[in-house]
Amino acid sequence: MEKVKLTIDGLEISADKDKTILQAALENDIYIPHLCYHPDLEKVAVCRVCMVDVAGRGLTISCRAPVEEGLVVKTDSEELKKVRKVPVQLLFANHKTDCITCGKNDDCELQRIAKYLGLEADELNRLRFAEMDDPIDDSNPFFDRDPNKCVYCGICIRTCSELQNINAIDFSNRGYSTRVSTFGGGPIVESRCESCGECVVRCPVGALLPKTTEQPAREVKSVCTYCGVGCGILLGVRGHKIVSVRGDGENIVNRGSLCVKGRYGFGFINSPERLTKPLIRKNGELVEAEWDEALDFAAEKLKSCKSDEVAVFASAKCTNEDNYVIQKFSRAVLGTNSVDHCARL
Amino acid sequence: MKTKFEDIMVKSEKEWESMQCGEKPVILVGTATCGRSAGSLETLEALRSEADKSGIDCTIIEVGCIGLCYAEPLVTIAKPGNPAVCYGGIDAEKAKELVEKYIIGNDPVPEYALGTIGQGKIADIEKIQDTSVFKPQIRRVLKKCGSIDPANVEHYIANGGYSGLKRALEMTSEEIIDNIKISGLRGRGGAGFPTWRKWQFCHDAEGDQKYLICNADEGDPGAFMNRSLLEGDPHALLEGMVIAGRAIGADTGYIYCRAEYPLALERLDLAIKQAKDLGFLGDNIMETGFTFHIKVKEGAGAFVCGEETALIASIEGERGMPRPRPPFPAVSGLWGKPTIINNVETLASVALVMQQGAQWFSQVGSEASKGTKTFALVGKVKRTGLVEVPMGITLREMIYDIGGGILNDREFKAVQTGGPSGGCIPAEKLDTPVDYDSLNAAGTIMGSGGMVVMDADNCMVDVARYFLEFTQKESCGECVPCRLGTKQMLDILNDITQGRGKPDDIDLLEEIGYAVKRTSLCGLGQTAPNPVLSTLRYFRNEYEAHINKKECPSLVCRDLISYKIDTDKCTGCRLCFKACPADAIIGEKKEPHIVDQEKCIKCGMCFEKCPPKFNAVVCIPGQLKDGE
Repeated sequence: MEKVKLTIDGLEISADKDKTILQAALENDIYIPHLCYHPDLEKVAVCRVCMVDVAGRGLTISCRAPVEEGLVVKTDSEELKKVRKVPVQLLFANHKTDCITCGKNDDCELQRIAKYLGLEADELNRLRFAEMDDPIDDSNPFFDRDPNKCVYCGICIRTCSELQNINAIDFSNRGYSTRVSTFGGGPIVESRCESCGECVVRCPVGALLPKTTEQPAREVKSVCTYCGVGCGILLGVRGHKIVSVRGDGENIVNRGSLCVKGRYGFGFINSPERLTKPLIRKNGELVEAEWDEALDFAAEKLKSCKSDEVAVFASAKCTNEDNYVIQKFSRAVLGTNSVDHCARL
Repeated sequence: MKTKFEDIMVKSEKEWESMQCGEKPVILVGTATCGRSAGSLETLEALRSEADKSGIDCTIIEVGCIGLCYAEPLVTIAKPGNPAVCYGGIDAEKAKELVEKYIIGNDPVPEYALGTIGQGKIADIEKIQDTSVFKPQIRRVLKKCGSIDPANVEHYIANGGYSGLKRALEMTSEEIIDNIKISGLRGRGGAGFPTWRKWQFCHDAEGDQKYLICNADEGDPGAFMNRSLLEGDPHALLEGMVIAGRAIGADTGYIYCRAEYPLALERLDLAIKQAKDLGFLGDNIMETGFTFHIKVKEGAGAFVCGEETALIASIEGERGMPRPRPPFPAVSGLWGKPTIINNVETLASVALVMQQGAQWFSQVGSEASKGTKTFALVGKVKRTGLVEVPMGITLREMIYDIGGGILNDREFKAVQTGGPSGGCIPAEKLDTPVDYDSLNAAGTIMGSGGMVVMDADNCMVDVARYFLEFTQKESCGECVPCRLGTKQMLDILNDITQGRGKPDDIDLLEEIGYAVKRTSLCGLGQTAPNPVLSTLRYFRNEYEAHINKKECPSLVCRDLISYKIDTDKCTGCRLCFKACPADAIIGEKKEPHIVDQEKCIKCGMCFEKCPPKFNAVVCIPGQLKDGE
């Protein structure tokens, strides 16, 4: 890709020709406040926070302005000081600010921008604060939607439509009454939402939060065991306990994306109901057994069957190699072609 | 050999002349929406039945609006050999009287007449062109409105219609654009962008499919220029559109017209059908091989859909929300194709430029703003109506000459131009010329032509609040500054007008207003603070009175006024006592009464009921406490 050189805040940087000013800045560790921009999604330029001052052009929305050779960009100026804080102040005046108990605390883009721009209490106190008492949608088993914290950046909507092609949510109403809604405005659990949680991980504020927001002590790279896709995941752990899962952005298989099972279906790991020993049905009841006993029992049973009396059902949670061996065993040893697999999500 | 167009022209002229110079009296009735709301359909019915009854052979034609809204319903009668007489305020009764006295008899009833139209004189009736309402006007775009039958295409053709298209089709695209450039025509939708330059962008843009859109989504409160034109002269728009399509290389045009204009839509549909039948629209127009189709798209009434990119989204079937620019529509517009969006009046002006020539067009107007502009002159003027003036005329001439001055001869306070995107101009700026640049310098915009006149009874804080309430409701909610900024400003203005204003609020309004203008995504947000900022500029004292003294000097904001009874004048007649819905009047019969300020809801009933001979109830600015 052809490169162009431009100057941001006096630093000369080079960027691919197809980048925007915001992308070029972020790649070069120059922060420009932004809310509605997300690298995976269409650039809609609705938050108006990423304004920069471009020499010869004046105020420019950096998320959509392409880089050009010789551009001189300032991320701060007298004029920017005058106008850029206002949209952010207004967002605070229309936001439930229970920051300390919010699951997004310390990881919130609005907080970050406020801190970066130096929002002051005196400035905020002049404003008329809206009453933020919209009901929270906690219908989904994995995440909650709190409209009182929504900044209407539309990232969740674009994620659902551009990345997932589900279109479970969209803007409803308009103007100040704009809301992010399901079709007909019902609870999200009754919508066509598949609970993949892709919107939740992209939400810049606390409007979409997982039900459990326990912070891990460290993260361990792993592969999701649910199906044959083999998504890269990062397991967040506290000691031996897994408390979170997130997609591994560096993994070329899923590039950070996950489905509902991979993202939220880790509760079984530490569940007391989880099977830790094989069970054999004796007198109509399942009874715990040792592995040797169980394997012998299975081998006896298989030996007693004719090939057309047996079918094999394999699990997606096994590796490809294991599954290969199972089908080989079925066909070559048991003599049956009745082999199936659960990898249908 | 004559071309087909010439045949049509000859036929049309014959038809027109037989009506104009025939032996029968001709009666024109203004039945545009403005006339209809004043009862012109009843007038029309009365004229017809009366003419039938008396057996008089006359031609009765429905026409559009000639702009004298204050005098609706309007009837114009032309008797053979006489100039036509235009009558105002003709209800069914007066219509019968006119038939009797002037159609059957020979009394032109000068007391109902507004003026004569055309050659010749009639005793006691002024020539309408010499009346103060018409004298400063130059009617070009609206010339045919009210004088031709909008449902009869031959009337349009006989008055020069479609000759501009004929001429344009003999030119190359470049030549047409050049003509528009020489004419100096600037967009009549509000921003005043040079029309030729916009066309040039689209003409130069790559792509084999291009579109033309006519923006007929007239949404400013109190503005009805486009509606009148569509209702009174729909072919003017169609002709302009085909010419524009030819210039930019488009084969399809859309008219985005609000669904609240049913009559305009009806007239447009008919006009489109007529133009198609005559070969002025559709395939192979005037046998030149040029193809242009027009589709009408009805808008559902969102103000933001007057914004170009939101309008495009709406035609595409999406939510009517603006899209960030660039890319500009001229490069990537409707369905991603190069698209030009022009206002109704711009396109009608294009037809005139091609009919009469670019030089003719630019003869009137000011240096940088050529031609004429239509305005809906409304509010506190004696003669409200639709006017067309040369650019550069002063606001004073428009309000005092055309408008006849302030209603009840009250004091002029401000004139608001440009609708919710515009601003208010005070008395000291009344000599500001009406052109794009002078109005901008005065802190407002030309806009599409709304002009609301206000007098001392209008509270400027309340006016600003009214416009902001409108834009706040119409904000699409897409971008943060407009969605939240207009709401915040409205909250502050509500506080100020309800007595909760804080000294810091003026600065706050200015700061937020400035930021909303500078950071909003589309024209709606970028101009929404204008009514507030311009009233802050010129009427800051009113804001200060509201905030610091808790007084509304214009006696409009209920929470900042009080009603008081002058005990010296009150005779205890009890009219106010009986009228008060809040039991706030205290006093015995035949004894002076007082107002219980705690209970008073400021409805003003006592003020209205107090007989003029006593005039004991007064309304004063400020919040009286009990016992004051």
